[in-house]
Amino acid sequence: MTAEVPASERPADIRAVPARHPGRWVATAVVLVLLAMQVHLLFTNKNFGWSVVRRYLFNPIVRRGIVTTMELTILAMVIGVFLGIVLAVMRLSKNPVTSWVSWVYIWFFRGTPVLVQIIFWFNINLLIKSFSLGVPFGPTFVSWKVNSLITPFVAAVLALGLNEAAYMAEIVRAGLLSVDEGQTEAAYALGMTRLGTLIRIVLPQAMRVIIPPTGNETISMLKTSSLAYTISVLELLRATQSIAARNLETIPLLLVASIWYIVMTSVLTGGQFYVERYFARGASRTMPSTPLQMIRSNLRTLGGRRRR
Amino acid sequence: MTTLMVDAQSIHKSFGINEVLKGITLEVEPGEVVCLLGPSGSGKSTFLRCINHLEKINAGRLYVDGELVGYRQQGDRLHELHDKEIARKRTEIGMVFQNFNLFPHMTALENITEAPTRVKGEPKHDVNARARDLLAKVGLSEKVGAYPRQLSGGQQQRVAIARALAMRPKLMLFDEPTSALDPELVGDVLAVMRDLARSGMTMVVVTHEIGFAREVADKVVFMDGGVVVEQGLPSEVISNPRHERTKAFLAQVL
Ligand SMILES: Nc1ncnc2c1ncn2[C@@H]1O[C@H](COP(=O)(O)OP(=O)(O)OP(=O)(O)O)[C@@H](O)[C@H]1O
Ligand SMILES: [Mg+2]
Repeated sequence: MTAEVPASERPADIRAVPARHPGRWVATAVVLVLLAMQVHLLFTNKNFGWSVVRRYLFNPIVRRGIVTTMELTILAMVIGVFLGIVLAVMRLSKNPVTSWVSWVYIWFFRGTPVLVQIIFWFNINLLIKSFSLGVPFGPTFVSWKVNSLITPFVAAVLALGLNEAAYMAEIVRAGLLSVDEGQTEAAYALGMTRLGTLIRIVLPQAMRVIIPPTGNETISMLKTSSLAYTISVLELLRATQSIAARNLETIPLLLVASIWYIVMTSVLTGGQFYVERYFARGASRTMPSTPLQMIRSNLRTLGGRRRR
Repeated sequence: MTTLMVDAQSIHKSFGINEVLKGITLEVEPGEVVCLLGPSGSGKSTFLRCINHLEKINAGRLYVDGELVGYRQQGDRLHELHDKEIARKRTEIGMVFQNFNLFPHMTALENITEAPTRVKGEPKHDVNARARDLLAKVGLSEKVGAYPRQLSGGQQQRVAIARALAMRPKLMLFDEPTSALDPELVGDVLAVMRDLARSGMTMVVVTHEIGFAREVADKVVFMDGGVVVEQGLPSEVISNPRHERTKAFLAQVL
């Protein structure tokens, strides 16, 4: 046995001069100069029309377009995620019929362009005139005219959402398969039902695999929703284009749209980080750091200085 | 005569054309500790999983506490039980796995409280208190809020035992609970199991810990190739094996 070292004999804390990294400074300088040149071009070329951009950035029509784009994105993703989970579970089920139906769904919706699907839903009234609730092949209770039910907005939501479900199904399926079978067994052994096990045990763990690609899908959806432009839904792109059609300031208004798309995708990226962090709990011994913590530690690495 | 806790009569189980259990007959009295020994692939895990119906048997009859496992008998016919009924019966049988299978997204406490609250619908307050008691019993009072990945293997396995006990099972199944552990962590887990055995819990334990079997088991069962080769008191099976296969196996693991 070794004798306990008295506190006074503890060696002093190490206070070394941090190593310098001149390479990092050179790289930083080069990148900053290139960036400055870009910014310079952006603001000296008159054709960008920044004053027009500023005038229309918060225009009421543009604002309505932003709201519509967000509504399209959110609704389509909600449909996509929930239907995607259902399809994934069906796909993995032991029942060959449900599994096959899911496979066919995914095959069909991934196999046709989403723009075609949007136009298809827009023209659905050519195929079906009315829609009714009742006993299959029996009496009907209520019925709606398809024309009044499927507005262009609804057509866009349906097309984007149903298409998204096919992609989400594959993402969710990969997530479910990533969870160790022992987890299901442990849950069953505790007397949990299939559904309870799926909801409480498997899905939360699958989320770690599901969230990052779902974040990508959401960002992608935000931009894909601009296809609703073609069936005259007044989303962000159509809103800006309708203004440009009147004042012919094409480039500035495209910039307005781009700026808002970038703002929205940036917000989503930030949100994705926190959702990922939430579902990472228990996955590693330490939590991933927040952006603020990361910025601080990055500055420290760059400076090569250690703050006390 | 009391009802047997486990009454296995000529259990057969195949995976495809591969018959893994070839007529296992085994009785476990209430309060008894039975250790299953046998070489790898002899069907020990499979048999254990049949007891709580994680595997379906192909032939034979299996009763737990007097009730048929997985089926209902009406006259001569067997009717498959519903998922819900199977799940309900599993709540009475605790199972501990070789690789713990704790839920990694839940803390130690949540792992323990999940099934009592969600499955049995017991009030959260009572379950929390019971879970803390159980954690104390397995020597992990300070780990209430720890996630499984922040625990050592031995600690994880003790949480897993506490998780199974929280359901107040009448039978505990252990499938090589210490095989995935570093040697110095095995002792803590065995100590918990020894306490449990002393408290009168009925246990079926698949293990390679011969010392534990000799000390704690009321009955030792040696399996090989899907059949029970011999069974009896530890002093008989471990100390004076009668069959060549038992002798060969013991010579290897001792
Ligand atoms: N789900 C399964 N599908 C097909 N074969 C299986 C399955 N589970 C087990 N087996 C086979 O059954 C046999 C017995 O396996 P089991 O896991 O019961 O053995 P064991 O005695 O527990 O061995 P070990 O000591 O290595 O854990 C093995 O040959 C194994 O390959
Ligand atoms: Mg095994």
